[in-house]
Parts: sequence; C-alpha cells; structure tokens
Amino acid sequence: MTQPPIFDRAPVMTLQGINKTFAGGVTALDGLTMSVNAGDFISLLGPSGCGKSTALRIMAGLTQPTAGRMEWHGGQQAGDLGVVFQEATLMPWATVADNVWLPFRLRGQTYNAVKDEVLEVLRLVGLEKFQTAYPRELSGGMRMRVSIARAMVTRPRLILMDEPFAALDEITRFKLNNDLLALKDRIGCTVVFVTHSVFESVFLSDRIVVMAARPGRVVRELSVDAPYPRDEEFRTSADYAAHCRAASDALHTAMEAAA
Amino acid sequence: MTMADRAPALLDAEESRRQARARAERIARWALPLVMLLGTLWLWDRIVAWNEIPHYILPGPGRVWDSLTGDWAMLWEAALLTGKITLMALALAVAGGAGLAILFNQSKLLELSLYPYAVILQVTPVVSIAPLIFIYVESKTAGMLLCAWIVAFFPVLSSTTLGLNSVDHNLRDLFRIYGATRWQKLWLLQLPSALPYFLGGLKIAGGLSLIGAVVAELVAGTGGVGAGLAARIQEAGYRLNIARMFAALSMIAAMGVVIFAALSLLAHLLLRKWHDSAIKRET
Repeated sequence: MTQPPIFDRAPVMTLQGINKTFAGGVTALDGLTMSVNAGDFISLLGPSGCGKSTALRIMAGLTQPTAGRMEWHGGQQAGDLGVVFQEATLMPWATVADNVWLPFRLRGQTYNAVKDEVLEVLRLVGLEKFQTAYPRELSGGMRMRVSIARAMVTRPRLILMDEPFAALDEITRFKLNNDLLALKDRIGCTVVFVTHSVFESVFLSDRIVVMAARPGRVVRELSVDAPYPRDEEFRTSADYAAHCRAASDALHTAMEAAA
Repeated sequence: MTMADRAPALLDAEESRRQARARAERIARWALPLVMLLGTLWLWDRIVAWNEIPHYILPGPGRVWDSLTGDWAMLWEAALLTGKITLMALALAVAGGAGLAILFNQSKLLELSLYPYAVILQVTPVVSIAPLIFIYVESKTAGMLLCAWIVAFFPVLSSTTLGLNSVDHNLRDLFRIYGATRWQKLWLLQLPSALPYFLGGLKIAGGLSLIGAVVAELVAGTGGVGAGLAARIQEAGYRLNIARMFAALSMIAAMGVVIFAALSLLAHLLLRKWHDSAIKRET
C-alpha cells in the first residue's frame, strides 16, 4: 500500500498542550502537542521517566490529562483503536482464537460472525495453525504475535504499542520488527510506538518524537525518509546508521538537558 | 508422553540411571504409605496383644474391622446422613461464599457494611454458636446445615474475593479500551481470573463443611433426623463400644479424603489447560 508523503496526510488524532501531573506533584508530561496522521509510524523515543508511556495511556483514553485537549478526527468509533502492551496480556484461560476474538466479542459479535477476520489476521501473523493452542503453550515471541493480531483484528485506524518487544531476545525482536512493518503495510493502519531503543525506532518509523524527562516533554522531532518496505538491507545500510546517529545525538542532548 | 514411551536404545548410562530413579519414585509414592499403614496396624495389634489391653479401652485393628463389617448397615446409613449434610452445606457455602464475593466486588457499599460480620462469623468457634442455633432453628436439618455453612463459606468468600481483585492490570485496561460492560468484565475477565483462587478455597471448604457437619451432629444429638457418624461415635462412647467408635471415625476420615480427592480432581480438570498449578512440566 503506497501512502502520501509525511506532510500530506490527513490527521487521525491531535494532542494540544497536554499536561499530566500526578497526585504526588510529579509532572509526567508538560505541553505535549502532536498530530498523529493517517499512515504515520511514529516512535516516541526517550529515557525512562520521560512520559512516553503516559502519553500513550492518554491517547488510549486510560488516563485523563490534567490540562490540554485530545481529539479524534471524525470521532472515535468502536474498533478504531488497537493496543499492544509490553507484555502480551493474553487471557491464559482462552485459546489463541478466542483471545483474538475478544475485541469483537466485547462488542457483542459471535465468533462465527467474525471467524473469517480472526483467521485472516492469525494467518497474517503466521499463527493460523495455533488457533486452538493456549497462550501457555506458546513462546514469548508467538504470544506477542497473538497480541498484535488481537490489536489488528478490527482493522483499527490507530494502533498504540508500548515497548512491545522490550522483553524479547534480539533475534525475535528483529523478526517481529520486520513482520510489524509488513503487517502495517497490509492493513494500512497508523502506529504510535513507544520505545527506548534508537535502532528500533529508526528501523520502524517515519517520524521519531524524541522526549526528555523531568518534566516529560518533546524536545525534537526527526523524520526518517527512507522508503518502505524496509528490510535487512536497510538495517545494514549507511543511511540507517546515519539516522541512528542523528536520533542518538538528539536523545543524548535531551538527556543532558534533563540532567 | 513419558520418557518410557520412546525407544530406549540410545540412552546412555546416566540417562538410564535417571529413569530408574524416576521409576523407583513412582512406585515409592504409593508403596511407602501402604507399608507405613500396614506397619502401624501390625504394631497396634501387637501392642494390644502384648499388653493384654481390654477391648473396652483399646480394641485391636481386627475388632475394629469386625465392627466395621458387622455394623456396616448402621454405619453406612449414618455415613449417608453425614455425607448428605456435608455436601449440602458445601453447596450452600459455594453459593453463599462465591455469591457474596461477587456482590462485594460489585458494590463497595455492601462490602464495607457486611464484610466485618463475615469475619466475626468466621472467627467465632462454631462449637460455641451451635447450641444457640439449635435453640432458635426449629428444623434439625436446617440447624445442622447452618452450622456447617458458617464454618465452610468463609474460605470460599475470602479466596474468591482475592481472585476477583487479582485481575491482570493490563487486561483490565484492555477491557476498558474495548468498552466492556460491567457484566462482560465480570463474566469474561474477573470470574476466569478468580477460578484458581475459588478452587483453592473450595478445597478448604470441603474439609471444613465435614467438620461443621460433625460438630452440628454432636451438638444436635440424634433426635428427629436419625443419627449421623458423629452421633454414632458419641453413642458408642456411652456404651464403651470403642471398636465402633474407631470404625465410625475411620469412615469420617475416609469421607474427608474422598471429598478432598474429588475437589482436587475437579480443580485439575478445570485448570489443566491453562493454569500453572495444574500443568506438569517435562524436565
């Protein structure tokens, strides 16, 4: 799926001057302003404590901002949002297929009515043979695939991912990075991806939002203009290395400013 | 699949030693308790014989066996009665304990108002409440059920409450994001999460409802509903029929074991697919 260039995409969600102060007086986010546009792959990159997870929770509607406005363009319909957490967060008592069925099930749709969608998305993540397996029987990487399948099954406009691959080994992580890009290309969604890995953010995203801690804020936005599809060749290219260096420098500047 | 199913041709010496150890352990698991039991029975028999202890003080195992078989009809009838009370009390404890846990979970107000009384009911020894119960409750059966229920419902209540509150936080968030209703959250998320905890409480409640039924029988006496095992023990004690006391006691113990085994089996069947407690790891 080809998509318009970064400057020419319709907004999906806008965040305007978002502040979040916790009860203890800690300012997690200070003046976050950002537009998430259709087709974007945005990475929120920053050290721990920079409020990137808080930003994600606000976008997910799980946390209310202390000040500022968050808006879904065209309103938020059921199934517009998919979320992947750091852990796979599957229901251990339910099979793979039942776990992926969940977003539909909570909207009152029977399994038979959405069976095709469930099986299709399981095929996309390469787990169609495991639909009757329980999460317990799967490896960490496979569980994360189920979690991604569940987030994608409703073909959401926006998928939020909170360091989904942080707990996986590097080989699995690279594999899932590749697969995630392929999946995004297939279903044409928009992704906001929280990470603290410079390499991951450059490989995956076309926009990198660099954040700093105390108080959590955006310090820079970088764009990675390398065209998709990206593969192992991109991962070893000079272009990739240059982008990594730029992102790394921005991150270090951010951390020095905070320290 | 066990290791023994595979072709053993290529096993090295260490592996076959390991298998032999595993086999020995499997046999010892049931053989050792059996040997222990037989040894104890033999020693019991010898002590009675060597010291010429009269049977109205300590009967030998042979006499107990004779009493068990000789009085079988009466004991079996008593066991059925005790068993009936126990199982009914257990059913009520499950309904009451799990039901209250769900109510408390749904309504903080109800929990705050009632939970302290549930605790008071639990910490007051049932032996001391039972005489009062039989003063105010007309029906013997109802009184006995109430006694057994009071002891048995609390473990179900407290462990189910713990389970309902132990839902994975991310899953809870996920349900919120997908706009789950309160009932969907309860039915699809909280109840399955609470199941292992509930089953743990159930195992304890099974034993406690038997204790409750026995205490109730001892307090209520035999009038009206016929005599259960505990009442038979008491009655046999008055007649110095010690052998029958032992026989009835062994039946109560057996009943407790059967209840525990049945509930363990139930827990295993419900959890074997997904819960860590029920999954056997191949090492």
